[in-house]
Amino acid sequence: MREFGYERVLDVSGAVALLGDDPDARFLGGGTNLVDLMKAGVERPTRLVDVRELPLDRIEFTPDGGLHIGATVTNSDLAAHPEVRRHFPALAQAVLAGASGQLRNMATVGGNLLQRTRCGYFTDLAKPCNKRAPGSGCPAIEGEHHNHAILGASAHCVATHPSDMAVALTAFDALVSYETADGPGELPLADFYLPVGDTPHRETALPPGALITGVTLPAAPVAAHSRYRKVRERASYAFAIGSIAAALDVRGDVVREVRLAFGAVASRPWRAGEAERVLTGGPASAEAFAAAADAELAAARPLPHNGFKVPLMRNLVVAVLTELAEEAAR
Amino acid sequence: MTTTTGTAAATRAVGTAHTRVEGLAKVTGAARYAGEIPHPELAHGWLVLSTVARGRVRSVQDAPVLAMPGVLTVLHHGNAPRLESDYTVPFGQPDPALQLFQHDRIPYVGRPVALVVAETPEQAREAAEALVVEYDEEPHDVAFFAGRPGMYTPEGSAAHKGDLEAELAASAVVVDAEYTTPEEHHSPMEPHAATARWDGGRLEVIDSNQGSRFVADELAKLFSLDPDSVRVRSEHVGGGFGSKGTRPHSVLAAMAATVLHRPVRVVMTRRQMFALVGYRSPTAQRVRLGADADGRLRALDHQAECQTSTVFEFIERSADFGRPVYDADAHHTVTRAVRLDVPTPTWMRAPGEAPGSFALESAFDELAEKCGIDPIELRLRNEPTVGPLSGLPFSSRNLRACFEEGARRFGWADRDPRPGVRREGRRLLGTGVAAAAFPTLSAPSTAAVTAEADGTFTVRVTAMDIGTGARTALTQVAADALEVAPGRIRMRIGDSDFGRAIIAGGSMGTRSWAWAIIAAARELRERLVPGGAVPPEGITARSDTSAAVGALTEMERHTFGAQFAEVAVDVTTGEVRVQRMLGIFAAGRIVNPLTARGQFIGGMTWGLSMALHEEAVRDQASGGHVGADLAGYHFAAHADVPAIEADWVDDPDPDDPVGIKGIGEIGVVGAAAAIANAVWHATGVRHRNLPIRPDRVLGAAEGALGA
Repeated sequence: MREFGYERVLDVSGAVALLGDDPDARFLGGGTNLVDLMKAGVERPTRLVDVRELPLDRIEFTPDGGLHIGATVTNSDLAAHPEVRRHFPALAQAVLAGASGQLRNMATVGGNLLQRTRCGYFTDLAKPCNKRAPGSGCPAIEGEHHNHAILGASAHCVATHPSDMAVALTAFDALVSYETADGPGELPLADFYLPVGDTPHRETALPPGALITGVTLPAAPVAAHSRYRKVRERASYAFAIGSIAAALDVRGDVVREVRLAFGAVASRPWRAGEAERVLTGGPASAEAFAAAADAELAAARPLPHNGFKVPLMRNLVVAVLTELAEEAAR
Repeated sequence: MTTTTGTAAATRAVGTAHTRVEGLAKVTGAARYAGEIPHPELAHGWLVLSTVARGRVRSVQDAPVLAMPGVLTVLHHGNAPRLESDYTVPFGQPDPALQLFQHDRIPYVGRPVALVVAETPEQAREAAEALVVEYDEEPHDVAFFAGRPGMYTPEGSAAHKGDLEAELAASAVVVDAEYTTPEEHHSPMEPHAATARWDGGRLEVIDSNQGSRFVADELAKLFSLDPDSVRVRSEHVGGGFGSKGTRPHSVLAAMAATVLHRPVRVVMTRRQMFALVGYRSPTAQRVRLGADADGRLRALDHQAECQTSTVFEFIERSADFGRPVYDADAHHTVTRAVRLDVPTPTWMRAPGEAPGSFALESAFDELAEKCGIDPIELRLRNEPTVGPLSGLPFSSRNLRACFEEGARRFGWADRDPRPGVRREGRRLLGTGVAAAAFPTLSAPSTAAVTAEADGTFTVRVTAMDIGTGARTALTQVAADALEVAPGRIRMRIGDSDFGRAIIAGGSMGTRSWAWAIIAAARELRERLVPGGAVPPEGITARSDTSAAVGALTEMERHTFGAQFAEVAVDVTTGEVRVQRMLGIFAAGRIVNPLTARGQFIGGMTWGLSMALHEEAVRDQASGGHVGADLAGYHFAAHADVPAIEADWVDDPDPDDPVGIKGIGEIGVVGAAAAIANAVWHATGVRHRNLPIRPDRVLGAAEGALGA
């Protein structure tokens, strides 16, 4: 392994100052993805700034009744938190659907947002990859891509974002707060991940050197009636081939409010805004759920071997919204 | 001083459950594996593998790497010592993959092109990753698919009787279906590792392998050494499954130790194992079955295809599976192969039988459906009385008993044969069954048993415990042979100095080693005087079973089994979950029910994993794998594995001194077919391509809906 510097910091401003504008330095959270990538040679930081001891490990109510989740809260603590489970059950379910107990004990909220794709070409230095080595090409398009993107991809990259947690956060309009040397900032999660375009190596809108300090979930009563469903190729320890975070508020068979986000279909968690628009104010029926899914998936551009994701996501929308509607009717 | 054996100590260790004799050492970490035994002055080698699939090495730019911290040497084709290539091994021609750094040709992605040796593993790895190797690349072909050009029929891979086309034409019911299985990898938990050093004129190697004596003999031949001047020890081995013969790591550790005059260790990474230790070839199989309306087979035609490399022939003999299992008036089986720019495949748990049984046992389920006959009844109607092709009698054949006991315990009698009619929420439920069979082999081995002066006994045999529990089973066998308690036996294995003995493979290890131990124990007991004293150096008797094994009459010798599975299929997501499995086996005398059950259940779990998960993906453009690690190569996780029950019927082998047949592989045979048949019973859709991934289930459901 290459030698690298390692420093542990105890306060946010110190962390930001220490990282500075060094493009070869990285913040280290749980290390569950970064360290793997260092072993594979995909990431070669010269310095690691360990932020695990920062005082960002709290989950607190915001004045408006939402939740603020510190960036160093572990996935395990997030999933176990009673207020998260009560007010945002899909978020707890999404976190528990990911990785293993040991990994969740290490992994942090901030790091989870920044994890890299698990595309097999990205993690293999012997192969081209525009995300890892800009301009080298994307062999997945002609090669192995049965678990690649159907929405929002480009001719330069068809990789998916691996996070489960971020799918639920996307459905709940999360805001990402960060700190830079110039002061704090905030980004809606909807704007946090950049479109792929011809720059797949540029993944987020975070300013250079920024440290994620937390995630804020605005109060959303609909989120109390939410669910995360993950489909994968084995029962645990696998990334999604399709997932959905859904929340539904139904009154008298009419959809008052709905939230939908898809995972494993795009380079970022995919907010299904078109489906939400189609559903809102309409009937809460299986037919309507299917029509909404079709409206969202009309933009899908599957590759030869991942077309199954279109009916999979359609089926997931119908199945999960039907379950939520049936529970609301009880 | 105590004495000898005695009637008072008569024991019955064989057949009773014993925890592993090395269990405490393993769970406390005292048991050391090849990659972790400390050694002074140890240097560490790191493999550099080719990144192109075909061509030549133009240059290995070792100068900058030699200047890196801690680097001791860079071995490659330009500077490596010569290896002998003109020799034979017990299984035939040697694998040219062991001719490391002897030329510049690259026949596949993952061919070792250099070994970087440094003071620490970290230095070696960093230098290896920095090493620039230039290639003259040539076009490659790694595409395996059914009926592709270049298929040839290897010598001895076909067997047939009867007029196939005539019998098919005369059949009231015909099944004609094609099946595929993907490239699969062993991935034993312990990666391949070896430490080599010269000590007093002997090459001493500590290695993770399935046959220490075989590895020692091959190293001696490669390095032109006297066989007695090579010693290979492998006290504990963390899984093998066919992948741990003589592999590049041990050859290169020996080469580097010779060049550097100091001990060298080479450990493979998980990713390197995908290229360096063999794998199960993908298969494409066509099965044609013709039967009378009552299910009696008239025609059985099994044509299988597999791949091998351009440098060595290994054939995944899938079509062999049905030869002893079913009779038919016309019985044709053949496996063909194509040479591609890929590493050579190898034995992997139930080679041939695992993929072959998936195809044939699936086809039998299709025939049962077409005939309207219960799939167990169909199989029992086609039970042969003698070997269908050989005409030889069976040493014992208890497949019927397996099905009857299994059906009773699984509740088969209550099964509604109609597919797609059992629903539980969004999930469809189904059950399936398949037959299993695997050859029973034994091979000559030697052993030595010593009566010690303190009343204990020491057994020395180059047996291998690759996680199976062989050490414990052999202790039980020795205890009974000597009529003492197992606690008085010291079982020493995994050391080539103990003499010739067969590998842990082919489900024949325990049977062959036990035979040798019993022969030596009998000899020893004859030499011990009841009540007489034992001298300080002990009294040792040796055995060699070559003559006894060679005198075995030619018969159809096999283990059999009946596999049952229940699945739940969510057709909206394509997820298949196995709810329960039951395997009933007729596999000779069971020495240790505890570890035997573990082997059967382990094999069945492999079958589950094969049915639903395992698949190595080869990138056509580069010729190498995509996702060659245990995150990308999926096998069943704990959450995928339900309650699995394994048991057996009485089936002692009449010609074996203990009655052993061998249990290492039978558990995987037929298991994937039972699951695929259960998926059909659940959904009404046949899945003829493994693994049964969600996208395939979903695609089939969508196709059915769209039709």
